[in-house]
Amino acid sequence: MIPAAFDYYRPNDVKGVIALLNEHGDDARVMAGGHSLIPMMKLRMAEVPHLIDLQDVVALKGIAIGGGRITLGALVTQHELIDHDGLAQTAPILRETARQIADPQVRYMGTVGGNVANGDPGNDMPGLMQCLNADFTLVGPDGERTVAARDFYEAAYMTAREDDEILVGVSFDAPKGGQAYEKQKRKIGDYATAAAAVVLTKENGTCTSASIAMTNLSDIPVFSQDASDALIGTSVEDNAIRAAVAAMLKDIDPVEDNRGPVAFKQHAASIILTRAIKSAWDRA
Amino acid sequence: MSNKMHIKLNVNGEDHEFLAEPRELLIHTLRERLNLTGPHVGCETSHCGACTVTIDGKSVKSCTMFVAQANGAEVTTIEGIGSPDALHVLQESFREHHGLQCGFCTPGMITRASKLLEENPNPTEEEVRFGMAGNLCRCTGYQNIVKSILAAAAELNAVKEAAQ
Ligand SMILES: Cc1cc2nc3c(=O)[nH]c(=O)nc-3n(C[C@H](O)[C@H](O)[C@H](O)COP(=O)(O)OP(=O)(O)OC[C@H]3O[C@@H](n4cnc5c(N)ncnc54)[C@H](O)[C@@H]3O)c2cc1C
Ligand code: FES
Ligand code: FES
Repeated sequence: MIPAAFDYYRPNDVKGVIALLNEHGDDARVMAGGHSLIPMMKLRMAEVPHLIDLQDVVALKGIAIGGGRITLGALVTQHELIDHDGLAQTAPILRETARQIADPQVRYMGTVGGNVANGDPGNDMPGLMQCLNADFTLVGPDGERTVAARDFYEAAYMTAREDDEILVGVSFDAPKGGQAYEKQKRKIGDYATAAAAVVLTKENGTCTSASIAMTNLSDIPVFSQDASDALIGTSVEDNAIRAAVAAMLKDIDPVEDNRGPVAFKQHAASIILTRAIKSAWDRA
Repeated sequence: MSNKMHIKLNVNGEDHEFLAEPRELLIHTLRERLNLTGPHVGCETSHCGACTVTIDGKSVKSCTMFVAQANGAEVTTIEGIGSPDALHVLQESFREHHGLQCGFCTPGMITRASKLLEENPNPTEEEVRFGMAGNLCRCTGYQNIVKSILAAAAELNAVKEAAQ
């Protein structure tokens, strides 16, 4: 399985990347870890005459935590997310999610930027970023702009990013309260049959805020405002969880594939969301 | 046809320079160009881990990396870990504890395990299973692979302690 031939570039700053994207238009594509793009190129489902490797763009690396805000450079790998003690303290849901992505070898290469920019509904980080209400920072020929993770996804592999823009990083407020990422998959290294990201806060036994997002249950990640609202003001008893699950089921739109028929996916989504809510509530 | 690129690689401590198409997959560079046939091609789809090598301190499936990406990197294959006359502790341990049957997955297993033990010299059984999850074996049922790695960790730690 050899991909079609391409010209290879390895610029060392964002300006260089944007210039190449400008020059080659649709024929150019950036590569981060390559662990989504290379398999697609090998299958010849992606044709990339001009391949721009981001690995030397130092400005896209690094994890910054300060003033209650967390910023991850696009090139931060899943391995680094797991390995970072500061993140484990301030946003443990990142480690919990990253540990459920692929396998160790893939996680040394796979990046946050590649995972969220890819637009594959199977990727786990987009749902997580919607749950965290993250902002994505994009840079293009006209400068920088920010798009909320909750507005970024349009359809499978279609996002708000323009072809001549790159994603430079994601940032979000350090989540408060309890948090959990639960994922049902057929085996290690598999994409989710259903996954749920939950962050919520508890005061005197009452839920005061909640955020719920689901992975691989539609052609885009699904942030469910109604499911989140169903928990607020309750003591997250069984009835409240059932209401949140019912609201979530109205917002997802799974399709039948080799992970199962629609009814099975709805069933798996219900169980996974119930587990994630209970786990986040216990930790709150 | 794309242009060939000038590639520099350090593999198992030895420098190599050659011209290659950027799309050449690193596993083919290693096996066909450099005659290092330890890393195997199992699935070619980033799933089995038989092609695992260490690149600049990362365990990587070399079927999912272009040679152009590896340009300038340091690569270690199973050939750089031990030799028939001087087996690595992990290799000795796999032999001792029946960590292999057909042996096809073994180079990838041992290359990955060597990196795992470097990062975590004293892993629990659960940590070994989690850290080896990117390597598939069709023969052993994994039990003896885990046993081999835990025994090698104990042995390496004993050697370290004795040296202190
Ligand atoms: C065996 C296997 C199992 C996997 N399992 C999972 C899983 O369970 N869950 C999961 O979420 N993922 C999974 N993945 C995918 C893996 O996490 C990918 O590595 C990741 O999704 C993409 O990151 P990357 O850095 O490799 O991106 P690349 O493959 O380099 O890029 C992916 C896409 O994003 C674009 N892109 C990359 N970086 C940028 C940027 N900075 N700006 C703009 N566009 C950019 C590229 O042009 C490309 O279109 C798996 C992969 C493999 C091989
Ligand atoms: S041959 Fe590379 S992962 Fe199977
Ligand atoms: S020993 Fe045969 S595949 Fe592992």
